[in-house]
Amino acid sequence: MMNLDSTVTVAVKKFGAEREQLLPVLQYVVSKEKWLSEDTLAEVARVFDMSAAEVYGVASFYSFLDTEARGEYVIRVCRTISCDMSGKEAIMEALQKTLRISVGETSSDRKFTLLETNCIGWCAEGPAMLVNDEAYTNLTPEKVVEVLQGYMNRT
Amino acid sequence: METVKLTINDIKVEVNEGATILDAAKKIGIRIPTLCHHDDLCVAGRCRVCVVEQKGARLLQASCAVPAAEGMQIYTNTQKVREARRTILELLLSEHSGECTSCYRSNNCELQALAQEYLVIGGAFIDVSDKSPIDVSSPSLVKDNGKCIKCLRCVRTCAELQGVSALWNTHKGNKTRIETFLNKPMHYVVCTNCGQCVNRCPTGALTEKAYIQSVWRAIDDPEKHVVVQTAPAVRVGLGEALGMEPGGVVTGKMVTALKMLGFDSVLDTDFTADLTIMEEGTELLTRLKTALQDGKPTPLPMMTSCSPGWIKFIEHEYPSLLDNLSTCKSPQQMFGALAKTYYAEKIGVDPARMVSVSVMPCTAKKFEANRPEMKSSGFKDVDYVLTTRELAHMIRQAGLSFANLEERKFDSIMGESTGAAVIFGATGGVMEAALRTAYELVTGREVPFRNLNIEPVRGMEGVRAASIKIENVKEEWKFLEGAELKVAVAHGLANARKLMKEAEKGASPYHFIEIMACPGGCIGGGGQPIPTSPEIRLKRAAAIYAADEALPLRKSHDNPEIKMIYREFLGAPLGHKSHELLHTHYARRNRS
Amino acid sequence: MKSGDKSKRLKEFEEKVNLIFRETDCVEVLKKALRGDPRAIIKEIIDSGLRGRGGAGFPTGIKWKGAAEAAGGNKCVICNADEGEPGTFKDRRILDEQPDKVIAGMGICARAIGATEGYIYLRGEYTFLFSKLSAKCEAWNAIFKEKGLNFRTSVRSGSGAYVCGEETALFESMEGNRGEPRNKPPFPVTIGYSNLPTVINNVETLAYTTMIISDGPESFKSIGTKDSMGGKVFSVSGDASVKGVFELPLGMTLQEFVDLFGDSDTKAVQVGGSSGTCVPRKNFADTIIGFEGVPTGGSMMLFNSSRSMYHVLKNYLEFFEEESCGQCTPCRVGCQQLLKGIEAIRSGERPLSYLERLRDLARVMSIASKCGLGQSLANPFNSITQHFREEICY
Repeated sequence: MMNLDSTVTVAVKKFGAEREQLLPVLQYVVSKEKWLSEDTLAEVARVFDMSAAEVYGVASFYSFLDTEARGEYVIRVCRTISCDMSGKEAIMEALQKTLRISVGETSSDRKFTLLETNCIGWCAEGPAMLVNDEAYTNLTPEKVVEVLQGYMNRT
Repeated sequence: METVKLTINDIKVEVNEGATILDAAKKIGIRIPTLCHHDDLCVAGRCRVCVVEQKGARLLQASCAVPAAEGMQIYTNTQKVREARRTILELLLSEHSGECTSCYRSNNCELQALAQEYLVIGGAFIDVSDKSPIDVSSPSLVKDNGKCIKCLRCVRTCAELQGVSALWNTHKGNKTRIETFLNKPMHYVVCTNCGQCVNRCPTGALTEKAYIQSVWRAIDDPEKHVVVQTAPAVRVGLGEALGMEPGGVVTGKMVTALKMLGFDSVLDTDFTADLTIMEEGTELLTRLKTALQDGKPTPLPMMTSCSPGWIKFIEHEYPSLLDNLSTCKSPQQMFGALAKTYYAEKIGVDPARMVSVSVMPCTAKKFEANRPEMKSSGFKDVDYVLTTRELAHMIRQAGLSFANLEERKFDSIMGESTGAAVIFGATGGVMEAALRTAYELVTGREVPFRNLNIEPVRGMEGVRAASIKIENVKEEWKFLEGAELKVAVAHGLANARKLMKEAEKGASPYHFIEIMACPGGCIGGGGQPIPTSPEIRLKRAAAIYAADEALPLRKSHDNPEIKMIYREFLGAPLGHKSHELLHTHYARRNRS
Repeated sequence: MKSGDKSKRLKEFEEKVNLIFRETDCVEVLKKALRGDPRAIIKEIIDSGLRGRGGAGFPTGIKWKGAAEAAGGNKCVICNADEGEPGTFKDRRILDEQPDKVIAGMGICARAIGATEGYIYLRGEYTFLFSKLSAKCEAWNAIFKEKGLNFRTSVRSGSGAYVCGEETALFESMEGNRGEPRNKPPFPVTIGYSNLPTVINNVETLAYTTMIISDGPESFKSIGTKDSMGGKVFSVSGDASVKGVFELPLGMTLQEFVDLFGDSDTKAVQVGGSSGTCVPRKNFADTIIGFEGVPTGGSMMLFNSSRSMYHVLKNYLEFFEEESCGQCTPCRVGCQQLLKGIEAIRSGERPLSYLERLRDLARVMSIASKCGLGQSLANPFNSITQHFREEICY
């Protein structure tokens, strides 16, 4: 394989390294790698001429800029009130049972990470969840297993 | 400048446009409590303790952040304000591990003082304090998140004054913390150990690592000979920590106190400050000679190396400039190396039985003393470093009535010093001392400044530059005839960075640069009494310069003990023995 | 009401407004705006009585006027598409179905205030809309150029932080910082994004400005009441017979609303999302939905008798405890204390009287917090604990 640019380098080529591009760059890396590793944060700090602690401080403010390792598909189940009232717990149980992981964990094949999240804006169609950027609504325990199956079958 | 008129508690006040409500209140003597506000730092408006009522406004205003406006009617002591402040203090106490009786900062804690003032009841709310372990990884600093009230003074200090940003606020909501990069231990990040965060922390969340017990143990051990050295800036700070006003020089009382505490030899870092000038001055002239006479490449500008916070900064941030640093150890480490060699031999004590203690205005000195290379005497050159504050603690523990102590002199030898050494404590002091000696060495005449006071390098401007024309030189310095020696001084690492950016590009016009990590130099060091402010630092600096002027000898090369040590022990500056004991090397470190 | 009658009645209400989702030639509206004087645009918006639809309700025309009069060559228009208020999702549908109306509104605003750059700050949860909106922005940039308007828009994305819906936190986020609200003053119209005079409006507000220019201020004013002019897009969720996004006139009573969406079992409505006010059944008839009564960013959440209001309040507080930006003491620690407090009362660790202490705390938060997040927490906390005290304590 050729000498590949790091994801940060690609992102910086795309967006630039001016300070207002910090979030777009971090978002780009997360879209590719699902999380921000120590090396990523340090590299971003270098390119943006910021301290590593500051980059970490900014990233950790945002729920979607994970600084912990995540799987290929990050599942975020809405835990806010309307989804909660429409049966979010049963969805969580189905997900945990199927994936054999608890909230906050990543499956051993690093394919799935299961998280809870605050309101994702599908309150009339709860329970709802995001898998990466994709929204799934009106979930039932059966439907959620189907959705998972779809992702499991992807290569 | 435009002004605005407003009333505070119905008293009329006029202030310049841009002044805050807090500034206006201060102007007419109305005190508003603050916690996140600090005179050295940018506006935050975070803690909300300073809220006041504005007539006609539903919301209370954070007086530290809201600009005074024409016609404002402000009330600082209404029922609404008092209730809000009390509630805010109770909330802060609920996220603060209230261990006042055993806290290092007890009686010097801004939160404690305000809680007392508002008679706040502890436990009003449920304990939500951070229970994560205390970070004791650093030899200099201790970070206790449990006591943190998220005022961000440390973060702003590290960013604005030091340009380091080793700490930042992380996460949000109930998970908000002040952390290093990925919450690594302090010892393993870019922290320079300067301790400026400690000086501004309103609580005990950031403190120095104290070595008081170890020092007492050494003193109490009859087998040990305990030598103590005291840095220049300690003598203009110590009084403040013992209830005196800023700006006093307490050298004589400090010596008496140290003797009464039981130190066997009470000596002066100022001695090795003078020695530093001899070594560093010679080093500068040698580099100039290599560059100007021999036409060979040599790292210029040369940069001072007395400030260990600065050293760690350049090791992390500008490793490509490490060769520009003077190879001279700091005066503390020169002293340590000589104490267990030259001094031990002189007084006939086995260096293995000797314990070397220093009292410093500095927290980074604790780290420096622990650097693995600082063992040129064959032992750890400096065993324990105490801050000015720790010495004050010991003096209180010993029950000494400091203000009433008689004044005594340092022991001899390594107790004699000149005014040039004393001014090491203020920003620009090393430069001034070096110029006093180097100029005279080269020309045979005193520096051409009234009373030897080189005013252009003095003051509190962040970066100061000066130049001296060198004329009518002695024969051996011919290559310097007509040269314009260009120098620069910076204090606070954010200012240092400005000079380094220039130097990194090879665009530095200077021959010699003095850097002190701390604002104001060592008088504003991270180990100095709390609080600090621009006014306090000015007073301490004035005291330093007054002490210099009051001394009979004001040039390092005039110090008789310096002459003696070269004659009897070291030979010549930059000689073989000097290299072995007084010079060092530096390490590259990473940036995260 | 029978369900057939209900839907008929709902239709009647919807037809009274029908602005946001009505097919409109937005390019024509823009052209109309560009023909006149910028000051005339501002006058029309002021005359319409339009107030911000994000929740705070600041008069839109006055905001535009402030930015138009602010010194500075370069100015900025930002569309706040960071709707994160639990129970709010109407902006998602507007952005999905009527992006032209929103971007045209930005162009109209740019013309009115003299702005050259514009951004849509899209919440991270709506990233699936990003490409579509970006393409729309590009298309509109071409239209702006063609029509001689020196104005360009693009989309910026949030990353999962509710507080970034607060306008100055949003600027901080766009500038690459933690989304922490700024001290005010200065206000955005003088110093906003990147220190530029900035108008920041909610998605729905901008869409309405397009319709006001299209139909004229009088038509807009004729809807609603004296204090709450025009229509409003509502997000209806919870125990509602129909859920979703509905555009209705402002100024309805809550009883009228519940007649459309709830039933006799509806025991309370949370108006304005989790930072809004909880209204119990007994007050439905006397409560007007609008600025003279309970203002709302559009979230209407219905609860029936099976719901525990303790559970509801706890869920809200768990949300705020996490979503507070963490900078100011009243909000950072206050949110935690309100949550821990009701748990402690419930478990008996704290006496019932502690609830009064917490209500006082919420009041202090409402006047001493730095931004709207902490300031608004007293709304849900004090309304729920007042009307459902027994459910909270036992």
